[in-house]
Amino acid sequence: MKKNFYYILPALAIVMIGMSSCKKDIVEHNLEFSPLTPSSLDLKAENWKPVLLTSNSQFAVAAPDAVTSPAYVADLNEIKALQRDITDDQRKLIAYWSAGSVLRWNEILRELVAKHNLPPYQNSDGTYPAPSAANPFAYPQFPFSNPPYAARSYAYVSAAQYDALIAAWHYKVLYNRPAPYKNDAGVQALIPKSDLPSYPSEDAVVAGTVIEMMKLLFPTEIAYIEQKEADEKMYRLISGANTRAEWDAGEALGRQVAGLFTARARTDGAGAAIGTPAYWQQLETNTAATGQVPWISLEYPKRPPMLPLFGKVVPFLFPATTVASLRPGPPPSTSSDEFKKETEEVLYYSQHATRENKAIVAFWADGAGTYSPPGHWNAIAAEEFVKQNYSEVRWARNLALINMAEMDAGIVCWDTKYFYFNPRPTQTDANIKTLTGIPNFPSYSSGHSNFSAAAATVLTYLLPDRGTKFTDMAHEAAMSRLYGAIHYRTDCDAGLVTGKQVGDYAVARAKADGADQ
Amino acid sequence: MLRLDFYPNFRPYMIKPLLVKTSKYFIALSFFVALFSEASAQTEADAIMIPKNYLCTGVMYGHSSWDHYWEGTFKRDNGNIGTLTTQMYSLMANYGVSNKLNVLVSLPYITTHASAGTLEGQKGIQDLMASVKYMPVEAQVGKGVISLYAIGSVSVPLSNYVADFLPLSIGVHSTNIMGRAMADYQLSNFFVTGSAQYVRRSNITIDRNSYYTTEMHYTDEVKMPNVAVYNFRTGYRSESWIAEAVVDNNTTLGGFDIRKNDMPFPSNKMNFTSAGVNFKYTFSKPAGLELTAGGDYVLHGRNVGQTTTIHGGIYYLFSVKKEKKDKK
Repeated sequence: MKKNFYYILPALAIVMIGMSSCKKDIVEHNLEFSPLTPSSLDLKAENWKPVLLTSNSQFAVAAPDAVTSPAYVADLNEIKALQRDITDDQRKLIAYWSAGSVLRWNEILRELVAKHNLPPYQNSDGTYPAPSAANPFAYPQFPFSNPPYAARSYAYVSAAQYDALIAAWHYKVLYNRPAPYKNDAGVQALIPKSDLPSYPSEDAVVAGTVIEMMKLLFPTEIAYIEQKEADEKMYRLISGANTRAEWDAGEALGRQVAGLFTARARTDGAGAAIGTPAYWQQLETNTAATGQVPWISLEYPKRPPMLPLFGKVVPFLFPATTVASLRPGPPPSTSSDEFKKETEEVLYYSQHATRENKAIVAFWADGAGTYSPPGHWNAIAAEEFVKQNYSEVRWARNLALINMAEMDAGIVCWDTKYFYFNPRPTQTDANIKTLTGIPNFPSYSSGHSNFSAAAATVLTYLLPDRGTKFTDMAHEAAMSRLYGAIHYRTDCDAGLVTGKQVGDYAVARAKADGADQ
Repeated sequence: MLRLDFYPNFRPYMIKPLLVKTSKYFIALSFFVALFSEASAQTEADAIMIPKNYLCTGVMYGHSSWDHYWEGTFKRDNGNIGTLTTQMYSLMANYGVSNKLNVLVSLPYITTHASAGTLEGQKGIQDLMASVKYMPVEAQVGKGVISLYAIGSVSVPLSNYVADFLPLSIGVHSTNIMGRAMADYQLSNFFVTGSAQYVRRSNITIDRNSYYTTEMHYTDEVKMPNVAVYNFRTGYRSESWIAEAVVDNNTTLGGFDIRKNDMPFPSNKMNFTSAGVNFKYTFSKPAGLELTAGGDYVLHGRNVGQTTTIHGGIYYLFSVKKEKKDKK
């Protein structure tokens, strides 16, 4: 007996050595995506219906240098020189970026949203500072990419990429310049070969739009974005996919098209969405005057409501005047029996949280420090789209449809929230403890439900073979807010209905934009 | 000594109720008859062994709380948390395989509660901890005695509690393997003990499939940084009493800071230095009964709460082969 135990120490030592040798390294699933090999080049995309562009030749792209010109030959020689000295890090750039430009820039945007999705810390007097676009590096840095801000950012970037790629496809077809590896056998193709004309570079178009949009949306991240752009440019050159001139032409086009979108964004009303102290007070007073209990911030110190005028932002898919018509009817009166019953239901979920419900709440929480609910649906869409082998322009089109729907769902939802200014369950019954943080805005209707139903509606149209997968996910996302004890059931149900209505506008657009005919 | 992290992750291996020999009868049976105070033990971090075929079992209670914490190096309070209180109820056992080899286990049940804000407190069985404590060297040096120890431990989560709900989570749900080297010097009734421990933590799985640290991660797996623990204790040991002062330092080898006004995350860089005192009283009648009490306070930390902890325990030490011993 005693001797047996002396084997414990060597055995333990072996276990510890074993544990330390086993790798902790994690392979993240977005790094396992294969190089993009489009099943269709979508050469007719130049005729797809753009969002803001008035025509696919609104911005001129000069004809490329002749393949026999010294300039083009010099560009090819640059590629050959790069390929001769290629490093492991550069091969990693190829492996990363070749999954697709729209995909990777969408991921980068999600990362920036997560990074900046932090509510400001209070001042010593209990008030809160607001981020300033004019002074973006001062604390709190601009922006605070909360869900409405995030939804709008995804929409502008995606829509700008879509329009810019329509223009790029026009010039690709017009100039019909084959890829460098097709013009010179000395240039290797370190990515899957493609018959898509390579002038102007579609990757550069996408990068150019992001660089331009980021000056407005995430001004503190310009250096980071420019580094990413430099990486992508190196990938295109060293992989033999583009010459420098093809890149430069594409980037210039992307920047120009993005200019249309930054101009729109500057006047879409988002800059004034934060409201004023007088307006915040007015919301409370007006609601109380109707006999309903007005929303009160449950944070300490009390935080002003999040972007109360975001409902006035100009939508992409329908006129601003349509917003009020999409607003659902009122929630149960705060003095009604129905309201009391719904509050009791929330209390039940608060006090009877199963492990499974906790997992659902956490999976969909998408709160502070995350890419937000619209970002979550971008991630879901991206995971599906990589299986579809879309062309870059179709990637952009489909993400633009989803993200315009997300932004507009956010607008309609915020309009609803501040129209009714309904209290959260915990305000109604302080015994309701929550499984996730309570967002700092009114309860009715649920933002998650709006965002999720809108995205699921578009995804179901785009990928009908997935059946009810996305609507099932949207339903779970909506219910996660009830399980988490931060929403009444009515908030979730109404949000799902409104979100689908907004999603239907995107579907109607998709049916008519030329991409599915 | 009981240590609470920022997260109410009571770490049983840091729980140090004090124990010494319990009775004259017990001493007589001890292999270390000459060593006045080296007679029993209950934690893997103190220089105390119990003799062969003895079992020490007990229960302990710990209460810890904080109302200030550090986000990175920024110290703050939080009106949406108020005071974060963690309570622990733990079952413990220590068995003397031989006079030089003890096996220890502990099993804590933990509850958390925030006095303000809306976040729901959590509760559940946390991590089972098992340790093997080996004393290869024990030698007279001058008028005192030096003893050296090697301690290997494993902790395993016993329930599927939520790790990613800090600071309300009851733990961070990693499986840990720990190795500690310890040296003790005793002169008359006074002792000093120093030890260093390396904690290797497994990756954990959380309920979402992406998260941001200092960059975006698309996985539900979280790489947990390992931890170095340094412990120093000194004080008085006698047959009936132990009184000691303890300084503890935990340094996370990697990890990242909580950003201003962000939520904490299991793989944060959680560092702290704490100081505390422990007392233990051993009854001569009934022989084998022991009471412990103590407390400590975090002097300085990073991504942890400035925790104040008090704890107490009751233990019983007895021979499991009494008849055999009696025959001797």
